[in-house]
Amino acid sequence: MREELFMAGTGGQGALLAGQVLTQAVLEKGLNVSWYPIYSPEVRGGTTSCAMVITDGHVGSPISGRPTTVILMDARSVQQHIERTAAGGVALVNASLAHEMPPVSDVRIVEVTGTDIAIGLGNERTTNMVMLGAYIGLRPVVTIEELARALEAVLPERHRRFLDLNIRGLQAGLETCQEATDDT
Amino acid sequence: MSEYVLMSGNEATAEGGIAGGCRYFFGYPITPQNKIPEYMSRNLPEVGGVYLQAESEVAAINMVYGAASTGARVMTTSSSPGISLMQEGLSYIVGAEVPCVVVNMVRGGPGLGNIGPAQSDYWLATRGAGHGDGRCLVYAPYSVQELHDWTARAFEIAERYRNPVMILADAILAQMIEPCKLQPRGQPPPLDKPWAIGGDSSERPRNIINSLYVNHDEEEAVNRRIQARYDQAARDDLYYSEYGDEDPEILVVAYGICARVCETAVERASEGGVKCRLLRPISLFPFPSEPLAQWAQLAHKALVVELSMGQFVEDVRLAVEGRCPVELLNRTGGNVVTPEDVTQKLFDMAAES
Repeated sequence: MREELFMAGTGGQGALLAGQVLTQAVLEKGLNVSWYPIYSPEVRGGTTSCAMVITDGHVGSPISGRPTTVILMDARSVQQHIERTAAGGVALVNASLAHEMPPVSDVRIVEVTGTDIAIGLGNERTTNMVMLGAYIGLRPVVTIEELARALEAVLPERHRRFLDLNIRGLQAGLETCQEATDDT
Repeated sequence: MSEYVLMSGNEATAEGGIAGGCRYFFGYPITPQNKIPEYMSRNLPEVGGVYLQAESEVAAINMVYGAASTGARVMTTSSSPGISLMQEGLSYIVGAEVPCVVVNMVRGGPGLGNIGPAQSDYWLATRGAGHGDGRCLVYAPYSVQELHDWTARAFEIAERYRNPVMILADAILAQMIEPCKLQPRGQPPPLDKPWAIGGDSSERPRNIINSLYVNHDEEEAVNRRIQARYDQAARDDLYYSEYGDEDPEILVVAYGICARVCETAVERASEGGVKCRLLRPISLFPFPSEPLAQWAQLAHKALVVELSMGQFVEDVRLAVEGRCPVELLNRTGGNVVTPEDVTQKLFDMAAES
């Protein structure tokens, strides 16, 4: 198994944190993993992304030109990155913010209204956890329980009060994509 | 995996320094290595060490020179433009024959460049240490674990040769997070090196740390002594690793982050029927010329992959000495060669023959 995951959004949307939570969960599970952040110099509003490799073998390259899964959190990310998805790969898109899809072939596009779901839970900022929950519905590399434990380890002390909200975000995201698990 | 912790390359480098007995850090902030001074500022005082943010890189390297002269384990870290500023100080450190460790997390250049990954300080690292005949001994880790382990080990090597050791990495290795098994924090060895200055407390005859030799023959003797140490390092502290097929059609040569990319490309090329051997120099100076020449004899052609405009490829060509043609695949300016790029190039090269 080798999963090359690319997650992108705008600074503040939490793509990096979601990636770190997943990285922690994957490490605890005993798989090999790498996480690499890419961000522009702006303090807010810049493009932010992370590249991850999750494998039961040798990680080798921590970067990929054709990731097997992309998680795109806004319209700009979709425009910039959806075409890089590997043939036969999955593009998980935050459909609350991205409405137009560039034409791609041999890519399964999964649209989740991440921001709307997060607002429904009471805080837009948990969109990243909704998308991460949806991701493990599509690619069950770890369980939601493993992600919840990883959240506890990764979340900075000052954000501990959001732990419950984040777990509900994961759960809500997972529910949107759970039926897809059989495909992977 | 419980013995492993997730750490960025920067943090693992800093903790590697502490594990290697470093108790003195002088530096000046620059992206993409700021996590190192941040980590040191918090952790060095805990082990009785000193962290000091200097007013510039020029000041930092001269503070390193001062601490190194006392026999202390000392390091500084920076990124490309900052390493340029340190060249004069490094030359004095080489000339004065004192050990220290310098880490360069290379970013896009020339000039102020950008904060993306690059390997464009290859010449600066392997030829540098400023003016004069001096060089740094240069080691290029390719994972968070290796950054930790090589930084820890660098102090011992620096002391063996009384010469600066440079750890050369890049913005990806600095910032990426991987599982890392940490070494225990070592105790620094005693300061009483026979060459070190001890101030008033020292009971032995007075030492002078200096890089000024007015007498030409004396200076030449110093140069030959330093060169003899480099020759010894080429015998005793030369490191490289190999990956892939033992009967290769194509020899792939890369170091640092590019070697990671090439490992995946070599696997994919092999699956596609193109046999490749990856040789990864870990020591860049001294350079593993002999194993390279041996593999070049067996392979039909060689591919060098680097994040610079053809710097590393020169050393490879010098080592290969025309035994097989050497091609270059590169990206620069903060851009990265992907496994897909390398795999395609390997298929193209195989199809040409």
